[in-house]
Amino acid sequence: MAGPENTLAFDGGWQYDPAPEATDHVRIAPRYGLFIDGEFVAPEKGRYCDTLNPATEECLARFAVAGGEDVAKAVAAARKAYSGVWARTRPAERGKYIYRIARMIQERAREFAAIESLDGGKPIRESRDIDVPLAAAHFFYYAGWADKLGYAFPGRRVKPLGVAGQIVPWNFPLLMAAWKLAPALACGNTVVLKPAETTPLTALKLAEVIADAGLPPGVVNVVTGAGDTGAALVAHPGVDKIAFTGSTEVGKIIQRALAGTNKSYTLELGGKAANIVFADAAIDQAVEGMVNGIFLNQGHVCCAGSRLLLQESVADEVVAKLKDRMATLIVGDPLDKNTDIGAINSKKQLDKIEQYLQLGQAEGGTLYQAGGRVPPRGYWCRPAFFTGLAQSNRVVQEEIFGPVLAIQTFRTFAEALEKANNTPYGLSGGVWTDKGAKSFRMTQGVRAGVMWANAFNKFDPTSPFGGYKESGVGREGGLHGLETYLQPGA
Amino acid sequence: MAGATDRLPVAKTYKIYIDGRFPRTESGRYFALEDGHSGAIANVCRASRKDFRNAVVAARRAQAGWAAVSAYRRGQIVYRIAEMLEGRREAFAAELGRQGSPARQAAGEVDAAIDRLIYFAGWADKYQQVFSTVNPVSSSHFNFSLLEPTGVVALLAPDEPGLLGLIANLAPAIVGGNTLVVLASAARPLSAVSFAEVLHAADVPAGVVNLLTGFRAELTRHFASHMDVNAIVVCDADREARREIQTLAAENLKRVVCRQRSDWSKPDSATPYLIRDTQEVKTTWHPIGS
Repeated sequence: MAGPENTLAFDGGWQYDPAPEATDHVRIAPRYGLFIDGEFVAPEKGRYCDTLNPATEECLARFAVAGGEDVAKAVAAARKAYSGVWARTRPAERGKYIYRIARMIQERAREFAAIESLDGGKPIRESRDIDVPLAAAHFFYYAGWADKLGYAFPGRRVKPLGVAGQIVPWNFPLLMAAWKLAPALACGNTVVLKPAETTPLTALKLAEVIADAGLPPGVVNVVTGAGDTGAALVAHPGVDKIAFTGSTEVGKIIQRALAGTNKSYTLELGGKAANIVFADAAIDQAVEGMVNGIFLNQGHVCCAGSRLLLQESVADEVVAKLKDRMATLIVGDPLDKNTDIGAINSKKQLDKIEQYLQLGQAEGGTLYQAGGRVPPRGYWCRPAFFTGLAQSNRVVQEEIFGPVLAIQTFRTFAEALEKANNTPYGLSGGVWTDKGAKSFRMTQGVRAGVMWANAFNKFDPTSPFGGYKESGVGREGGLHGLETYLQPGA
Repeated sequence: MAGATDRLPVAKTYKIYIDGRFPRTESGRYFALEDGHSGAIANVCRASRKDFRNAVVAARRAQAGWAAVSAYRRGQIVYRIAEMLEGRREAFAAELGRQGSPARQAAGEVDAAIDRLIYFAGWADKYQQVFSTVNPVSSSHFNFSLLEPTGVVALLAPDEPGLLGLIANLAPAIVGGNTLVVLASAARPLSAVSFAEVLHAADVPAGVVNLLTGFRAELTRHFASHMDVNAIVVCDADREARREIQTLAAENLKRVVCRQRSDWSKPDSATPYLIRDTQEVKTTWHPIGS
């Protein structure tokens, strides 16, 4: 038990020296056009927008805002590349192009990592060790599928869909682009990709890689912009499939927009995952899992373990240990290698998180927020949790998408399962226990697409990912991730 | 003494099937089914929104239990449905005839429907093996992806062929552990209601299949918008109907599966991919040490 006599003192005399990642090797152009038909071109209406470093609020670069006419050009280029080149490229050769992309991401890994942290605010430790290596791994994994698709669907012949419109979010900009592009290309589709407006840079750097890798012009097109650009892509009649990762709210708008068309779609949407800790769990290990579950990437993770369900008999002990662990988390410069929690991605997102911090208290919850200083400029949120919540509270039911954990307790297995399933979401979940059978029973019972036992927030290109219920439709990753880029037919 | 020909036949009352019972529609409404030459041949329940909601409650209540029934036993129950239907071949053929099918065609359809049930019964303990994966992740985890039923499925059954079309779309959903609320074809409701009686006699647990008769024009929007329905299978809908269903289904991210006749009536359309349509993929990570 963590009593007062052995509470750790983290405000002692020791301080970490700054350990910033060097950025002298990073090349960011002052201005980016749209990547259409193999080259960067100016947007038709000439509109550009700033992308900010959320840790400093300074402009990193300007990027083009694609209008409907630009989207139409990109779709036309993708269509021409599909019927003219890509569909006729031998599958093994298609795979070799994708392998090239994987290799070039590995070669430029350091630059990608630094830009991802500069543009999105995530700690360099994560962009370096998670985002960029996993992005390369996704291309590497799916490259190998290109000439083996006949083995993936027993008894069924398959063919590509055509042109895929892909809309990715700002929380894992490069990685989500990789999740979308790699299977689409391996299956023989061509792509129009729209990155998020707060984090366009790594997708544009990826476009440079794709050009350098020699992919035929038009196979991959990148159109930057905000919601209007995405809406134009969704609405374009020349698109055969929409793949979207983002909020459940926008996912529903897309499903409605596609109603009555023959476009297929995959939606990777929000979540409110339960991280369930039984009394027999290895508690210290579970605390690490909670921290990783909710504070990874500032909590900007759709599958984040944003609800913690503690068995009552260990709840006090776990909360005390979690507080201790939170006191060690360093909030600050994303480029510093010691940083645990970087900058909140945007002012808009910070405002939303702060509203929920207010709301949770107004609903009767008790807020705990770890101490520590945050830099004077930029968007920051110290790690936080609520206790004393009811299942119906909005901070229990709704996705906050920030470093804010909702803690509840339970007595029995049945109560834990009931609470875990009691939200409209069903993306992920975690269970911590020493008992194998209990662990399997819980991972089976929770209605969610990804379940971690004694782990949280693990990802792998071979491992399918996606939601039940209002967390989405379809899977990305693994063999099942191929399904959504193919159709039956010779 | 009255001869056999003087015997007055007993007409059947066609009712709906909810939670293992055969009530009349709560609305008390009906529609007359005409056969095109001799006029009305039966009064059929015109189910209401409330009937549908009651059916969803029953389907939801039955879902976890049905999904937990072993694959082997689900296969046996579906096989049992086929056995029960086999024993009533002539009656079903005659009823299809009354609904307007030529005699030879009706007999062939019943046989095909029975065979389709046998086909899907056999998949019950196999589709999981075909569609699951073990995923070789880089970290020290045992990682596998398997299928789980989507949950409560609404089915808008096709008009043609009346019995085979119903069974070809119903069987894959229940073999996969889903529970169903079916809106039978308004043009072919008699064989659907009689098929519910077969289900009832075949040890299909109450609530696993609920079957309503009535009009799509009235009920489709409720099927598509109900917040406790996880998926909707739509047979033979035109573009405008599909648009309405997709739009309403978005409110709770319902899975929408649109099928046209060629998807189920040709012999080669018997495929486990119809089961796959109402399954979710769950991926589980278990540590393996090291």
